[in-house]
Amino acid sequence: MIRDKVHARSSVLLMNVTRIRWQHVVGAAVLTVVALAATLILQSEPESPVATLVRWMPFILEGFGLNLVMSFLAMLLATLLGVPLGVAQVSRVYLVRTVAKGVTHLFRNTPWLVVLFTVMYVMPMTVDLGLTRVDISDWAKATLAFALPVMGNISEIVRGAIVSVPTGQWDSAQGLALTRRQTMTHIILPQCVKRSLPSWMNWYALLTLATPMAAILGVREAVGSAQAAMEAGGGRPDFLIPFYLFLLCLFFIYIYPIALLTKALEKKHAAS
Amino acid sequence: MQRHEPYGAETASVSADAPIVSIRDVRKFYGSLEVLKGISLDVLKGQVVCIIGPSGSGKSTLIRCINGLSDVQQGSISVAGTEVNDARLDVVALRRKVGIVFQQYNLFPHKTVLENVMLAPRLVLKESRASAEQRAKALIAKVRLTGKEDAYPGELSGGQQQRVAIARSLAMRPEIMLFDEVTAALDPETVKEVLTTIRELAADGMTCILVTHEMGFAREVADHIYFTDGGVIVEHGPPAEVFSNAKDPRTRRFLSQVI
Repeated sequence: MIRDKVHARSSVLLMNVTRIRWQHVVGAAVLTVVALAATLILQSEPESPVATLVRWMPFILEGFGLNLVMSFLAMLLATLLGVPLGVAQVSRVYLVRTVAKGVTHLFRNTPWLVVLFTVMYVMPMTVDLGLTRVDISDWAKATLAFALPVMGNISEIVRGAIVSVPTGQWDSAQGLALTRRQTMTHIILPQCVKRSLPSWMNWYALLTLATPMAAILGVREAVGSAQAAMEAGGGRPDFLIPFYLFLLCLFFIYIYPIALLTKALEKKHAAS
Repeated sequence: MQRHEPYGAETASVSADAPIVSIRDVRKFYGSLEVLKGISLDVLKGQVVCIIGPSGSGKSTLIRCINGLSDVQQGSISVAGTEVNDARLDVVALRRKVGIVFQQYNLFPHKTVLENVMLAPRLVLKESRASAEQRAKALIAKVRLTGKEDAYPGELSGGQQQRVAIARSLAMRPEIMLFDEVTAALDPETVKEVLTTIRELAADGMTCILVTHEMGFAREVADHIYFTDGGVIVEHGPPAEVFSNAKDPRTRRFLSQVI
């Protein structure tokens, strides 16, 4: 009897584990950090690497906040530019179509790092807005640089979604005397949203993972901040592993749920 | 009084005995392949005309040319006083007069039945929401789908979807309705309900041009039958004549196969 009960309970636990795998990963990561912090408080010899990490953690997390801000803004910009660009790729006007394709393929097929450096050096440090001069900070430039390749890819996603809508939808909309523009905005594009959402989310994840590249240019995001913290703590080689492991966990905990959600949406879309 | 002559003006109204659709020597090519090889056809106002013939004989292409969904390379297509084969054609104005229903229904899957029917009157005719909705509901009732207003196309049977497609087309108050093999994709038991809807429409005096494989229906409802084969009209006449007294051997062979 008792054994049965135990067995039943453990199988319930097992079910839970398989169902909410990523929450466990998050939990494990948090526990590890807490445990490491506890051990450090108990043994306060010359500061251990973990102690240094814990001391600098708020600073690194603040940097991670900038990674998130850059990812949100870059994604917003990439979407605002990429959707019209994708629509322009199927324009009936040869010039519009050709230019849109050119821009799309240019940014899809160049290394992000090269785009980053190009934007850094091409964009001016300050912009004259008549009365005031506005400084363009490095993180803003980096945001634009990350937006451009994603813009190219969103353009291609939108183009693919548009051509995947059955031609019968065009026929019936135009048979009802809708113009091409009305057909696009009321009939075709709304049907593209569901089709392109998983790919769109996938590009958001890739974009967020690329944001530490900004550290190369001195932007104080998570990785840049961690490097600065290691420097400030004495630049000891034994800092490297805990600091980078921490960064790894930080990004993983944020991105992995997005990846799971993307997969779930893809499955749902394939089923419907 | 010269300017009242029907020749030469968009304002020319179609007189009662002049055809509302007049097709003259129409030729269409896909690359070097000629699919319509000089087609001529007339439809009077209020007439029901059926186009029959073997698959690939150009029937669907022909019907799609009437509202400019397909273009033609040669010949003239006159629809309610508008010349379709003209580079300056106002295609929106033409399509307001000509409704079309397709084999695959082509309802908008992201919109409900009511939204499907209201969409074009709202967007194209700029009707108010209230009046568009009232008319849409009346049309949905006319095709016997009251109660399905808030359903999505995916939740309906093929026959129901096709009746929504008819209501959606009627919402634009067309003068002419085109039906492109509208029962070909349906289950046999739902074919009847769609044919009933078309029969009622014809009885109301709507000018209808149908491409169909439903020979019994064509015989019953049509005023005139056109038989096409290989991109030409082989034979045409009243149904009794074409079905019982076909002169051309191609027509006879086709009819013996399908009836």
